[in-house]
Amino acid sequence: MDRLLGLVTIASLCLVGLVLYYVRRAHIRVEYSVSWFLAAVALLALASSRGALERLSAALGIEYAPVALLLVIVFVFSLVLFRLSIIISNLKDSNIALAQRVAILEFQIHSLHEAQQTPAGR
Amino acid sequence: VSAQSNPKVLVIIPAYNEQGAIGSVVQELRETLPEMPVLVIDDCSEDATVDVARQAGARVLMLPHHLGLGGCVQAGYKLAFELGYDYVIRIDGDGQHDPKFIPRMLDTLIKSGSEMVIGSRFVESSGQTTHFARAIGIRFFRAVLRPILGRPVHDPTSGFVGVNRSALGVFSKSFPLEYPEIEALVVLQRRAFRFEEVPCTMRKRKAGKSTITPLKSLYYIFHVLLGVFVNILKYEGRRRRR
Repeated sequence: MDRLLGLVTIASLCLVGLVLYYVRRAHIRVEYSVSWFLAAVALLALASSRGALERLSAALGIEYAPVALLLVIVFVFSLVLFRLSIIISNLKDSNIALAQRVAILEFQIHSLHEAQQTPAGR
Repeated sequence: VSAQSNPKVLVIIPAYNEQGAIGSVVQELRETLPEMPVLVIDDCSEDATVDVARQAGARVLMLPHHLGLGGCVQAGYKLAFELGYDYVIRIDGDGQHDPKFIPRMLDTLIKSGSEMVIGSRFVESSGQTTHFARAIGIRFFRAVLRPILGRPVHDPTSGFVGVNRSALGVFSKSFPLEYPEIEALVVLQRRAFRFEEVPCTMRKRKAGKSTITPLKSLYYIFHVLLGVFVNILKYEGRRRRR
C-alpha cells in the first residue's frame, strides 16, 4: 500500500508540474487549469495521509484501502472530464453560431457589392 | 405574418458534396417556380457544388466550415428570418423532392395557419415504399412521437418541410444540429405550435448515395431518442402560448 500511495503522490506532483508548465506556456488557460489543480491536490492530500484514506475506506465500507483510493481517482477525473464536456459543448455552440454569422455577413456583403455593380439598383 | 396577399417565400437547399445533382435540382425549381428565389446553403463542400449551384441560377450561402445538416439548415433559416421572409420551404439537394408539391405545401401553410408543413410520403396511400431499415425506423418514431405530439405524424423523417415566420424565429434561435427533422417537431410542440402533413411522392436521388449504414442507423435512433427527451425536459422559461 505504501508503494501505491508513493506512486499516487508522485503522479499528483507530476500532474501539478505538467499543468503549471502548460499554463506558463499559455497552452492551457488558467480557468481550465483549475480543475486539474484541484484534482491533483485532492489526490495528493489523500495519498499523503494514510489515516485519512483508511477512514475514508471504512466510511465507504471498503476493506482494502487502495480500492477506495482508486475509486476516488476515478471519481475525481470523471468530474474533470464532465466539466470539460460542458466546456466543449459550449465551445461547439459558439463555433456554430460564429460560422453561421460569418456566412450570413459574407452573403450580405456579396449582395451589397452586386447591388452596387447593378446600375439601376435592385 | 406580413403581407399575406403577397408573402415573401424562399426555397432553401442544404447541400454537401452534391455537385452531381444540385444543378438539375435548382434548374427544375426555376422552371417549375420561376418567381421563387432559391438559396443553396453549402456546408463547405469539397466538390464543385457552389459553382454548379450558381451556374444553375441559385444564390449560395457558403458556410466557412462543415457544420452538419442541422447547422446548415439553421444558417438558411437565420438568413431568411433576417431578410424578412414570411415562408421558407426546405428541399433536399439530391433531387428526391419534387418541386411541383411546393405550391400545395405553401397553400397549406398559409390557409391552415400552421407553423410547419411536412411533405409526407405516407399521409395518403401513395404506394411509396422505403427500404426495410428506414421503414422500421419511421414506424418506431411514429409510435414514440404520437403521445408527445398528441397526434399522429406519418413521415417524421421527411426533409421536405415548409415553415412560416413564427417557426423561422424559433428555429433561428434553437434548432437541432444533427438529424434535425424529428427533434424539430418536438421543438415546435414545446411552443404549442402546429404542423400539417401534405401528401407528396418522393423520387430516387439523382446522384450520390446515402451515407446511412446499419451502425449509423443505430446511432441515429439513439441520438434522436435522446434529443427528443432532452427537448422535452429542456427548460426555456415559461411555456409560450399562442
